[in-house]
Amino acid sequence: MQIEYISGFDVIIGVLGRFWPVWIALVLMIGVSFAFKKKLGLYGQLFDSGVGIAGVGICLFWLFTAIFASTISPFDPLAQVSIMKDALPGAIEPTSKLIYYFGGDKLARDVFSRMVYGSQIVLIIAPAATGFALMVGITLGLPAGYYGGKIDTLLSFLANLVLAFPVILLFYLLVTPGIMDTPIPYAMAGLFFLFPIIFFSVLFWTRFKNRPDRLYILLGLTLVIGGWIYAGLVFDADPLKIVHIDPNQLNIFVAVVFASSPGVFRIVRGLTMDIKTRDYVAAAQTRGESPWYIMLWEILPNARGPLIVDACLRIGYTTILLGTLGYFGLGLAPESPDWGTAIKDASRLLRSFIHPALPPTIALMSFVLGLNLLADSLREQSMKD
Amino acid sequence: MLSFILRRLGTMALTMLCLTLVVFFLINLNPNLKKLAISQTEMHTSAEQLEDWLVNHGYRQNFFVRYGQWLGVLPKQPIIDPATGKPAQRFSFCNDPVEPKFSGVLQGDFGCSTKFKTTVAAKLFPALGATGLLMFWVLAVMVPISLLIGILAGMREGSRTDRTLSVASIASTATPEYVSGVIFTVIFASWLGWLNGSAASASQGLTFYNFTLPVMTLAIYGIGYIARMTRASMVEVMTQQYIRTARLKGLSFGSVVVKHALRNALIAPFTVIMLQFPWLLTGVVIVEVMFRYQGFGYTLVEAAGNNDIDLLLGCSLVSVFIVLITQLISDVGYAFLNPRIRVQ
Repeated sequence: MQIEYISGFDVIIGVLGRFWPVWIALVLMIGVSFAFKKKLGLYGQLFDSGVGIAGVGICLFWLFTAIFASTISPFDPLAQVSIMKDALPGAIEPTSKLIYYFGGDKLARDVFSRMVYGSQIVLIIAPAATGFALMVGITLGLPAGYYGGKIDTLLSFLANLVLAFPVILLFYLLVTPGIMDTPIPYAMAGLFFLFPIIFFSVLFWTRFKNRPDRLYILLGLTLVIGGWIYAGLVFDADPLKIVHIDPNQLNIFVAVVFASSPGVFRIVRGLTMDIKTRDYVAAAQTRGESPWYIMLWEILPNARGPLIVDACLRIGYTTILLGTLGYFGLGLAPESPDWGTAIKDASRLLRSFIHPALPPTIALMSFVLGLNLLADSLREQSMKD
Repeated sequence: MLSFILRRLGTMALTMLCLTLVVFFLINLNPNLKKLAISQTEMHTSAEQLEDWLVNHGYRQNFFVRYGQWLGVLPKQPIIDPATGKPAQRFSFCNDPVEPKFSGVLQGDFGCSTKFKTTVAAKLFPALGATGLLMFWVLAVMVPISLLIGILAGMREGSRTDRTLSVASIASTATPEYVSGVIFTVIFASWLGWLNGSAASASQGLTFYNFTLPVMTLAIYGIGYIARMTRASMVEVMTQQYIRTARLKGLSFGSVVVKHALRNALIAPFTVIMLQFPWLLTGVVIVEVMFRYQGFGYTLVEAAGNNDIDLLLGCSLVSVFIVLITQLISDVGYAFLNPRIRVQ
């Protein structure tokens, strides 16, 4: 059977049309942001520069793409329509008359749908892993910087140990099918996922120690929600079956958190050492505040600028790491639509077909670029203050 | 200064000891050993035979004993051949001793590669040489270009050149090797046909045709980062009093930049370039796999994929050593270049 094609111009129009929910959401979001620019603080200031608008725009674009993935993509990312094997961009699928906008890959799957669904994987794992890495880095970096001495020496040594590992070697050791048979990933997950609970408990405890009415509500909420997610993620024992993570994904998640938390630790430690010499810290010490109150309520809020910038860059870097994992076929399932795996599959066949390689590469690059632009303009804006 | 370096070397040795212990532990996890036994024995061996193989080849000895043997602080025992009852070599292809002998990393014996059927040293050092060549060309391309971009951008902060170059450097830091590699291959190999998409032939002889793509791919990711650091450092220097003084004296802008600003602006990038090595290491692995160049990264992937214990340990040792030694050089070099920093 002969496959029919649509023209290159129609492909562009068609792709832009498929993204319609994203355009609507983007216009709404940016319109609202512009209208209330003055009241939105640092986020509003981003809209003062072209770089900032580009950064926010690209990041939101991929965020909405991930949210509306099932509406945007015409096909199931795993569905194989054998006639469409290696089909060129713009091929019309004979039975449903839907179009393979970016062609088919070597397993006859729609490259466009895979790219769209790939964004979901990246946009869930990268920010979440960065969030956990931030929690771990902050919870350990604050005391290391504030107390100094033995704690600092020990924690810094451990952080340097992890940082001395080339990332790729770390992943080859930590993300293997074999390691899933051992308790190591679960032990590490159990350790890392404890940090957010500790962090929020101490945060509320230090602040509301003398106001039991608020304290018990907040602590209870932290422990219930934290414990619920903890049980779901680490033991896969969520009683309501909502929080669930694939063992493979847990392994990747843990490895990525492990690889990036020492970096956060270093930054937090450095910032803490700088900020603890300020007058307002001395004032709090004179008032007799507890060390953890000073760390969490005096030092941390004043370190937020560099930390936000770093978090943006770090999400981008984590995206690159996830791509690396996919590229080496580590952890993620072989048919997973994430961008790294797609690049790996396509790059082996570059001599014969180039079209399956370009969409995931450009997607990954643009997302990381958006985050970097965002970080750059955040840094510029926070320097102005 | 000397005591500082000595102390750093001491920390370095301790770090390497800890790291190799961790690597040793992770590689020798039970599932990995099973995988090794399966790949090393004939097809369809029973679970008992696999276990026998592991016991016979000494993989079931105490963990710390084996680590000590690998390190060279405990003597390596020959295995006892079950057929003859006499001591025999563990692996015939790399001259293991038949009598107990101290032969570990400290004695210069890196062990036996089960995948390549040779000693680790015979496999690892030629691969390192090949990667060294790649690194040399990458640095030769990356350092001048990135410094030039950084200086041009930082010379006049906020100018049109600055904005354009800054966005270009941000774009380059957003392009990991596996992305730029694919894009360059598509453009220069598939489309224009100027360059070879594979560097497999580069082991026989380097040519512009087969070596440009790997070098370009590796360099592009680092260029943006170093250029941004150089720019930041240049911007800071250009606001200093002595630059204004030089300008007010009537020196031309060009001569102020070259004679006064450059020297001070290049201290920070030196550190950054040295600290780029660990990043380059990951890039090397990706690029060598992508372009099929038989170097260190390729060896590492082969070793990890086939659970080649001694080879992977050797690779980890080398890469950890590179990371730590570049950190040391960057610290010492920084103190040398910047007289304001005094090491206590």
